Amino acid sequence: MDALIIQILNGLDKGSAYALIALGLTLIFGTLGVVNFAHGALFMLGSFCAVTISRLFQVSYVVVDETKTDFLGNPLKVKMPYVSDWFGPEVGAWIIDWSVPLSILFAIPIMVLIGVTIERGLIKHFYKRPHADQILVTFGLAIVLQEIVKYFFGANPIPMPAPDAFKGSLDFGALIGMQSSSIIYPYWRLIYFAFAGVLITSVFCFLQFTTFGMVVRAGMADRETVGLLGINIDKRFTIMFGIAAAVAGLAGVMYTPINSPNYHMGMDFLVLSFVVVVVGGMGSLPGAVLAGFLLGILESFASTTWASNMLPGINQIIIYLVAIIVLLTRPRGLMGRKGVMEE
Amino acid sequence: MSNFQFTRRGLIKAAAATGAGLAMPTIISPAFAQTQAGYTNAPTGGTVTFGFNVPQTGAYADEGLDELRAYELAVEHLNGVGDGGMMNTFSSKALKGNGILGKKVQYVTGDTQTNTDAARSSARSLIEKDKAVMITGGSSSGVAIGVQGLCQEAGIIFMAGLTHSNDTTGKDGKANGFRHFFNTEMSGAALGPILEKAYGKDRKAYHLTADYTWGYSQESSMKTYTEALGWETVETVKTPVGAGDFSSYIAPVLNSGADTLILNHYGGDMVNSLTQAVQFGLRDKQVNGKDFTIIVPLYSRLMARGAGEAAKGIFGSTNWHWSLTDEGSKAFVKSFGEKFGYPPSQAAHTCYVQAILYADAAERAGTFNPCGIAEALEDFEFDGMGNGATLYRAGDHQCFKDVLVVKGKENPTSEFDLLEVVEITPRAQVEYALDHPDFAGRDMGKCNPGA
Repeated sequence: MDALIIQILNGLDKGSAYALIALGLTLIFGTLGVVNFAHGALFMLGSFCAVTISRLFQVSYVVVDETKTDFLGNPLKVKMPYVSDWFGPEVGAWIIDWSVPLSILFAIPIMVLIGVTIERGLIKHFYKRPHADQILVTFGLAIVLQEIVKYFFGANPIPMPAPDAFKGSLDFGALIGMQSSSIIYPYWRLIYFAFAGVLITSVFCFLQFTTFGMVVRAGMADRETVGLLGINIDKRFTIMFGIAAAVAGLAGVMYTPINSPNYHMGMDFLVLSFVVVVVGGMGSLPGAVLAGFLLGILESFASTTWASNMLPGINQIIIYLVAIIVLLTRPRGLMGRKGVMEE
Repeated sequence: MSNFQFTRRGLIKAAAATGAGLAMPTIISPAFAQTQAGYTNAPTGGTVTFGFNVPQTGAYADEGLDELRAYELAVEHLNGVGDGGMMNTFSSKALKGNGILGKKVQYVTGDTQTNTDAARSSARSLIEKDKAVMITGGSSSGVAIGVQGLCQEAGIIFMAGLTHSNDTTGKDGKANGFRHFFNTEMSGAALGPILEKAYGKDRKAYHLTADYTWGYSQESSMKTYTEALGWETVETVKTPVGAGDFSSYIAPVLNSGADTLILNHYGGDMVNSLTQAVQFGLRDKQVNGKDFTIIVPLYSRLMARGAGEAAKGIFGSTNWHWSLTDEGSKAFVKSFGEKFGYPPSQAAHTCYVQAILYADAAERAGTFNPCGIAEALEDFEFDGMGNGATLYRAGDHQCFKDVLVVKGKENPTSEFDLLEVVEITPRAQVEYALDHPDFAGRDMGKCNPGA
């Protein structure tokens, strides 16, 4: 029972990342009709926003401590962060410790700006081109973005620890009345799941309960008619691209303590997220979220010992296997609208 | 308009000159012929080119970049720049700091990307395009075995970098390949007695193993030595290289009845799996009335730094550590530390030593011919390179030397002081026979000079 619960938690955790990326992908496809292969790169850029902010917080000057020596026997050079000087040692240490959550504040405007720039600068020129052209140009963009990150940050993963307060684990077993220590789950993974839930709910509420969201939904259903009513739908769709980029970026920021950021992480998630979108149904926001969590849980169970003993390598192919079955039996995906990508 | 005219006499003269030109390599002095065509990429002019093929990207990039630094230092020392490092403590005195055989050493680099195909491709480019006389480096056994095979075919010496699988000098060993680094058999032999002392004879072990040649070799050696102690192997699970998130593999450990997790992972994978295992509370658990414990058979300081707090108290083995106090180690740490600002890793050490050993062998053999160098390295005994008295065994081209058992330090005094040396296991304890069953199927072939 406890093994089952842990695998469900693991699946929800993985599914959170898949759902967040797939949600952004679906938003862009649903509004602009563009298959955005650069979306994984936006997730990666979000992670590197956190790296950059963390490094800025840690900009230091060097003082020599004559009482200690380094590994060569020379007086020890100690780095002193400027934030500790400006805000005092305690607040300075707190800012550095909490750099990942604090990065969210900076990542939102940065990612919206990046999204809008990409849409206005490149993608808008490909609206009337075939999907194959859109895929090629966005895939090319993804490669360019990851090479830029590699140039500035190097190829190695960069460790980004969670704040000290969330480094431990929750005794989930004791919490739900089971034996103590039977189900231990890291705090940060639970926080990531909760964060994904809040973010997904916010996007849905934004689209459902605001005038802006209503116009966007109307535009997704019938762009031409909304345009004829005198509404500048292109401008709203550009903003939606920025919002989708911010969602992917925030997913990346919060993922950094789970998996150290590297320039290639976007590509690792991109293919899986596309499978999620296809399984959920192209253009369906609830479908993307549902499929994200569903495939995350399936992948988690496929990694268990009994699953890999029964079908060796199943953990590597489970997601693609499900995609094949769904496409054969329900080509529009689990919650896809009739006619979308079926021609 | 040209007034060039063909004549019978002119045609005969031209034909004779062309024929002489074509026959030149066979009618000039034998010595010239040997250096020009006797072996692949015979150096011409005043320089000799080394090919450093290391992972600059991928899961083992940390090690790869440190290897590159070490090679840069070795080239400086060979050319007489800097303080000479371990060349001053090396028992062989053939090298004089004026290059090799009077030729200045230069180098070209390739990126293995921690991927066998990419590594073979970059090694081929270093050999064919850049005319490297030897290839060295790497931080993965899969890559080492792939590149070693290529060098054997090309007639180039391969001085392996960080490769720990038994297979590199076992079933995949080649006459043109040489390994200074230790192997999984040696790790098991060194760790066994220490694990018995620390954790007793009644343990249930769960293995998470990197899904490639090194992982299998490491798992097999650890199973052999832990089962010999009386430990039970509960489960062995293969994990993809570069998985990143190991949570799905770690969760089943909690309910497996195991009280010990053996992580047959290295590099970034080990950092992630160890960190996540600790996050999932494994080290806080009590199973079978014992404290749950984690073992990392192949350890390095770079990994301990990446894993941070999670590495504390974890046992493992390593080829070399910067805190060793022998003269060779001290000289190397000083050279490397002054140039780069931090102490070298075990990957840097083994690569530096391999470059110096190759150069020394060439100097002693008086040639860059791979077969001459192989002969000079075979059964070569040396000291002063940081691992005590060392033998390059002729039968399998494996170095035999002391092995370090280390533990993540509980109270580090600096950002580099992360591992404490628990024991220097003497060479005699980790030596094994040439026909050891884990090394069966070896067919080294004959030294291939190429060209």
